[in-house]
Amino acid sequence: MRSDPPLAIETDGLVKLFGPTRAVDGVDLAVPPGTVHGVLGPNGAGKTTTIRMLATLLKPTAGRARVLGHDIVGEADAVRSAVSLTGQFASVDEELTGRENLVLVCRLLGMAHRPAGERADELLDAFGLAEAADKLVSDYSGGMRRRLDIAASIAVTPDLLFLDEPTTGLDPRSRNQVWDIVRVLVAAGTTVLLTTQYLDEADQLADRISIIDHGRIIAEGTSGQLKASVGSGAFRLRLHDPDARPGAERLLARTLGVPVAVDGDPVALSARGAAPERITRALGELVEAGIVVEEFSLGQPSLDEVFLALTGHPAEPARGDEDDEQEEGAA
Amino acid sequence: MSATTDTPTTSAAPAVSEAILRAALSDHSRPPRPSAASASFTFAWRAILKIRHVPMQLFDVTMFPIMFVFIFTYLFGGALAGSPREYLQDLLPGILVMTVTMITIYTGMALNNDIHKGVFDRFRSLPIWRPAVLVGMLLADAVRYTLASLVVIVLGLALGFRPDGGPVGVAAAVALLLVFSFALSWVWTAVGMRMRTPETVAQMSMTVLFPLTFASNVFVDPATMPGWLQGFVKANPISHLTTASRQLMHGEVEMGSIMAVLAWSVALVAVFGPITMRMYARER
Repeated sequence: MRSDPPLAIETDGLVKLFGPTRAVDGVDLAVPPGTVHGVLGPNGAGKTTTIRMLATLLKPTAGRARVLGHDIVGEADAVRSAVSLTGQFASVDEELTGRENLVLVCRLLGMAHRPAGERADELLDAFGLAEAADKLVSDYSGGMRRRLDIAASIAVTPDLLFLDEPTTGLDPRSRNQVWDIVRVLVAAGTTVLLTTQYLDEADQLADRISIIDHGRIIAEGTSGQLKASVGSGAFRLRLHDPDARPGAERLLARTLGVPVAVDGDPVALSARGAAPERITRALGELVEAGIVVEEFSLGQPSLDEVFLALTGHPAEPARGDEDDEQEEGAA
Repeated sequence: MSATTDTPTTSAAPAVSEAILRAALSDHSRPPRPSAASASFTFAWRAILKIRHVPMQLFDVTMFPIMFVFIFTYLFGGALAGSPREYLQDLLPGILVMTVTMITIYTGMALNNDIHKGVFDRFRSLPIWRPAVLVGMLLADAVRYTLASLVVIVLGLALGFRPDGGPVGVAAAVALLLVFSFALSWVWTAVGMRMRTPETVAQMSMTVLFPLTFASNVFVDPATMPGWLQGFVKANPISHLTTASRQLMHGEVEMGSIMAVLAWSVALVAVFGPITMRMYARER
């Protein structure tokens, strides 16, 4: 096993049905050991269900998966011995203190009474929770809970860590702390499977990213590859005057030779796939036409754009925005 | 307690130290997995800790028994046995049985409350003997049942209950009661797994327990009951348990009812243990 390390995670057509709902609909993953693999997708895409199957909490309806060389159904116990799970809803006991939580997990992992206590204190220190050690977890902030959760997951350093949406609902500062923790873990040799609906999170942490939608992997690659697959970077600009936008749109379409998109922002326009020299020319023509450009940018496509290009719908469901608008309209 | 500040902890959160974190990770060795007993006792410890944090959880095992003893002794005593004191000699073992079996309902409610929380995902993803979570909970409940039994017995003694079997007889009766309650709890863990909310668990359990406890020989001699009811009362495990408790406490031991109680206990665990574990292993 040491000489030829197997893939840390290897799935083949993993399917999970909940009644008629195909929550996971044929997922194939291949994650080499020592890497961070991001599974990126919107709410309800099947990320959590996939992770729960790999962590042996759910039995797949069809398909096979091996985690660290062990079959997740036939050798579930061997899988459990080598992985840790940090669930989407903090997998800690709110009715116990932080310290008690860690002692509990250490004891359940087989440590004797005294080593369990020492390990708990060590972890509390490492995760900046020493001061809150004897407070009930129900009084913890979201960020503290998350850190405690991850601390519990590495009470014995796992070979593979499942992180299910580790920063959902956290403030930016706590989110950065979690990212730092993940980086240290990976540097120490732990393989991480990370689900997220944040594109920048996958971009920041993951070596490779699988994009999942409606229970299927629709694209896989490094962040750079995924961006490149969409074509060249997006050219965006914002005008000073919204009334000038129709004119600017006509001008850009003609000069750039690619379709021009008008955003929800009334002064914003964007185009994808235009040649850089055409963009330079178009900027000159806008000045000559007396259209004032406030700002413009040319860059690699964001993962958001990748998602849009691959699925035809944005990664962040636009549903919330529409609801807001409808409510405003009705009021 | 360590010195803690009351300021919102996120903003003042000490930065996670990379160096300390790295050091904390260095140890890759995994201890041998805990034995079934060790894992069960760890879960029992978890339940006891919760009681320590919120002692109000003991309200049911203290107030219930006190209420039951007072109400039934003075309500029925004069009418049924001539005097409350007279009635108490027969009633107290029955009240003990009724109180503790009623309290077993909370096992299912607590489980139902617990199982939907994220922490169960962690428990289920650990390489431990799977029934340990439930066995641990039930062991901790045995502590609660013992406490309730103590309340009933001490109060009974104060009101004039005089067991001829002495301390040994009383202890034996309580032990038998604990065995049966542990077994009965598996019924409620199964119900607790099945139902959506703790409230529905309570309703379901009460619907079963109410007729079981009242249609028994706890309060009155079944001789005056109609024949069909007598049949039910005779088969009722609560009646066997009550009879066994009376005999043990008053030092007139007959193995018949004790064996019946033990047989019921084994049967309950044999049937509802696997059902509960099947539901536990199945996803949520």
